[in-house]
Amino acid sequence: MNIIEVKNLTKEFNGLTAVDQVSFNVKKGEIFGFLGPNGAGKSTVINMLSTLLAPTKGEALVNNFNILSQKNDVRKSIGLVFQDSSLDDRLTAEENLRFHAKLYQVPMADYKRRMEEVLKLVDLWDRKKDIIKIFSGGMKRRLEIARGLIHYPKMLFLDEPTLGLDPQTRNHLWEYILKLKKEQQMTIFMTTHYMNEAEYCDRIGIIDYGKIVVLDTPANLKKQVGGDIISMKGQDNQSLKKELVKRYKREVKEENGFLQLEVENGEEFMPRLFNELDNKIDSIELRKPTLDDVFLSLTGRTIRDEKGTFKDRMRGHMGIRGPK
Amino acid sequence: MFFIQAIITIWQREVIRYLRDKIRIISTLFQPIMFLFIFGMGLQETLAGGNFSMDFIQFMYPGIIAINVMGVAFFSTISTVWDREFGFLKEILVAPVSRTAIVLGKVLGATTVAVLQALILLIIAPFISVNLSFIIVLKLFFSMALLAFSISCLSLLIASLMTTMESFGLLMQVLIFPMFFLSGAFFPLKNVPLWMTVLSKINPLTYGVDAFRQIILGPQVSAEVINSVALHSVSTNTLFLIIFSFIMVTIAVLTFDRNS
Repeated sequence: MNIIEVKNLTKEFNGLTAVDQVSFNVKKGEIFGFLGPNGAGKSTVINMLSTLLAPTKGEALVNNFNILSQKNDVRKSIGLVFQDSSLDDRLTAEENLRFHAKLYQVPMADYKRRMEEVLKLVDLWDRKKDIIKIFSGGMKRRLEIARGLIHYPKMLFLDEPTLGLDPQTRNHLWEYILKLKKEQQMTIFMTTHYMNEAEYCDRIGIIDYGKIVVLDTPANLKKQVGGDIISMKGQDNQSLKKELVKRYKREVKEENGFLQLEVENGEEFMPRLFNELDNKIDSIELRKPTLDDVFLSLTGRTIRDEKGTFKDRMRGHMGIRGPK
Repeated sequence: MFFIQAIITIWQREVIRYLRDKIRIISTLFQPIMFLFIFGMGLQETLAGGNFSMDFIQFMYPGIIAINVMGVAFFSTISTVWDREFGFLKEILVAPVSRTAIVLGKVLGATTVAVLQALILLIIAPFISVNLSFIIVLKLFFSMALLAFSISCLSLLIASLMTTMESFGLLMQVLIFPMFFLSGAFFPLKNVPLWMTVLSKINPLTYGVDAFRQIILGPQVSAEVINSVALHSVSTNTLFLIIFSFIMVTIAVLTFDRNS
């Protein structure tokens, strides 16, 4: 069953096409990711699906509600975590949640129980009376996830949820996201420009210049660019090469004194090599294709940060001063 | 009714934020006090030789309060511009709440903050020999709320039209400062060149200053003296501000709704 259905969604800003005829569906209970460089149109899609922006053309249903004609129903169905913190840093964690609960008409009788539930989920229950100003970036992001859940949305949008967080906090945050999917069967729509994060998704759409270039599971995408590569060095490379060709009927390339073999399933293939080969192996390495390779092969570019826009500069500025 | 509850929720947040920010409360007081004592005392000496019939600090005092009301109301709402991009406004905008409730909550929040801040300035009155009575404060409270409300609406209207903070400096130079200086807060607007009269007539702050001045000083100086600086009657000023508020809030709601 689809929770999001998007058909030919297009957004133009002053003649520039930010999102170009995008169509896709998101299934209930999956983690669906948009991967692409900055400025590819990922956030614009999220802004349209969350009713913050009206599309120029096309249509979309979120939880079976039309994003143009049933805005309030769409808004009630979703939880959102933005790229930039949208917490009020002069309020306490609990006050931020209460404000949200009131605007989403959570019955005050349920509020206390739900607040405890979501704060415990993100391990912030004992910080509920603290002012947000003293929170770290990771804590803020976790609190925003808790806030996005308190009205029991049908799905959660995460726009670059780990942007600006250190690797350790990033991993930690992912534990919470995966827990949400597992324990609450929550549908999650996320955007990222980190390749390794896209691997957590059930399906990924790679988006570039406002278009979806490809959409599939991470494993299938990586299959497109070829199999795993095992490179090895034997005591006698010539004899090893002969044996590999003879035994496995595969092409073996030699590069910098290493023999390279392309296989489908490297992890399972390596133990076979050790058991079956007569030649002795000195060193061996397995390299699996990454989504970087996928992006590179599809667009001819690597994902990297584009030139900073005014917004990015402001973001940096606000970061130093602390957002208002 | 949920509409009212949403307004109250948004309003409440603005007030909590204000009350928590002690530094802002104190620093916002600093500017009007500086205007009053440095500007006021400096000019008082110069004017002592002329035929200005009032104590100049007393003359400036109501104007400074009005400028403060406008400043606080304006800046509390203009922050909406970057709030929309980076801050809390996004959280409000994706909530299932009518856009009208958001505008009213925001504007009423800024109005409350501006009035509270202006009421603090009344503490200065005894030090410059201005007598305040309960009736005066009550009348003043009403006028302050009206001025603050109309300016907040104007500011929110500008905020919905501005997409980035880049033009903020320009806005200060071409709108805010002229409004301050052409309001009659610093000098009487009688016997000024025609262009200045015209500009001051379309400046809503002029009506606030004029009303505040008559409410505060009316009871303690002679009618002749007050008439030498007053432009309109208090009720005309009030009527203007009510009409202006009504127009501004309507346009602000419509524009905000369209642009968010």
